[in-house]
Amino acid sequence: MKALSIRHLTKVYNNGLKALDGISLDVEQGDFFALLGPNGAGKSTTIGIITSLITKTDGDVTVFGIDLETNPEQAKTYLGLVPQEFNFNGFEQVKHILITQAGYYGMPAYEAEPRADKLLKQLGLWEKRSTPSRALSGGMKRRLMIARALIHEPKLLILDEPTAGVDIELRRSMWLFLEQINAQGTTIILTTHYLEEAENLCRNIAIIDQGSIVENTDMKSLLNRLDKETFILDLESPLTEQLKLDNIDITQIGPTTLEVVIKKEDALNDLFVTLTQQGITVTSMKNKANRLEELFLSLVEKTEPK
Amino acid sequence: MPTQGQRRWIAFSTLLTREIRRFIRIWPQTLLPPAITMTLYFVIFGNLIGSRIGQMSGFNYIDYIAPGIIMMAVINNSYANVASSFFSAKFQNHIEELLIAPIPNYLILAGYVAGGAARGLLVGLIVTVVSLFFTALPVQHLFMTLSMVFLSAIMFALGGFINAIYAKSFDEIAIIPTFILTPLTYLGGIFYSIDLLPEFWQQASLFNPILYMVNAFRYGFLGVSDIPVSFAFSIIILCIVGLTTFALYLLNKGTGLRH
Repeated sequence: MKALSIRHLTKVYNNGLKALDGISLDVEQGDFFALLGPNGAGKSTTIGIITSLITKTDGDVTVFGIDLETNPEQAKTYLGLVPQEFNFNGFEQVKHILITQAGYYGMPAYEAEPRADKLLKQLGLWEKRSTPSRALSGGMKRRLMIARALIHEPKLLILDEPTAGVDIELRRSMWLFLEQINAQGTTIILTTHYLEEAENLCRNIAIIDQGSIVENTDMKSLLNRLDKETFILDLESPLTEQLKLDNIDITQIGPTTLEVVIKKEDALNDLFVTLTQQGITVTSMKNKANRLEELFLSLVEKTEPK
Repeated sequence: MPTQGQRRWIAFSTLLTREIRRFIRIWPQTLLPPAITMTLYFVIFGNLIGSRIGQMSGFNYIDYIAPGIIMMAVINNSYANVASSFFSAKFQNHIEELLIAPIPNYLILAGYVAGGAARGLLVGLIVTVVSLFFTALPVQHLFMTLSMVFLSAIMFALGGFINAIYAKSFDEIAIIPTFILTPLTYLGGIFYSIDLLPEFWQQASLFNPILYMVNAFRYGFLGVSDIPVSFAFSIIILCIVGLTTFALYLLNKGTGLRH
């Protein structure tokens, strides 16, 4: 069963900007799906159309087999949205926001109350339940938006950069929470600028650029396509002379820092053996960028206008 | 599992409850000012000046203007509630909570209009209680009184909704009340009978919908009206149908809401 099916979706704004150029996309039920792309690529327009916040120019969207245009009332019951920008009433109390949203989905108060309590506790907002939402911290507001999106138990949850501006500790706890609800059967579509987040969480991925899908595959296959990785090495002492290693692309970017590009077929051991033979001691090593980031950039660069 | 009808009812009542909670939460801005303003109207126009004016259409001046003052409060507050609440929802983007939810557009309209009418009617009730300190306020035709105040509240709540749909700033939700609604209200026969006007202005007044409301409402209390009340009813119903159709058209088109 497809949780979401998009066919030939096109959006041309009133100012003539073609934000989506006939994209087609499927997300299977139970998937954790990443929708990535640079700023202005068309991600938010796609999400806006799926969630009825933006009107499409052409194409079809079905949610769990229900056409969004012909039966929006039923299709919308399956959807939950965590938008990019805070969009709740700052004067309303935290719990009221959840109960009200549940009511909009036709959930009676006797069902909404315990569900709101459970979500508030799960997301660490219980103590703030009677606080006006404008008084929450940025991280709490993000969690409130997640709680609000889940209050009606959507089968498809769409998160538009849910961890933007969130500290790493909170981000990791949010990842854990999202993994849990995905394991419980909720299909999740995630857009994010933290590619590490997409790599860790998502099983399938689509990359959108300039209104077109430039890649749509599973995460594993995509990462397997990476033919090289770039590492940053910190050395114990500065190099006395310029380093040259056969078959290894190496650049000195600081007195004690090297940037090394290793091909997929080459072993890291060879690098360290060579460095050791030359009396160079490496104190630490890290990826210059995460693997998905490198692929992402190469895919997006391909579509850059020449 | 609620049926579709039950879900829709819950959605509507949730929206209405939220609207009522909003204007009650900010009662010093919504409920108190009209009570004070209308008290001043009764004191100044009713007691101080009214006692020197004498009779209007066979009634003491304060008795004559009381229904119009109540109606003015209902109209202004019904309009202002929807205009400011719906525009704030747009401004803060929390209108998106409604747009993504499975609520048909007619229920969004109904929820906001009912919320606006609720504030208008509550303020009307407060002003009515205030007026009882100044006049006996007899009711000749209860059905006419209640139906007219109810329809007027709905009509102006619809007007506030359309204003908020088009508004792009808070200034734009103040322009219509200031430059159109207030002049029409004052020229709508609250403080005078249109019989006192020259022929031309009598005819011009007939294009003012508030004239019909005030007169039909006054007829409910005093049993006198400058115009036939059945005609007034027809005009108001026609206005409500027209405004509802237009508001739904704008909502379905996504004007000011969807890109």
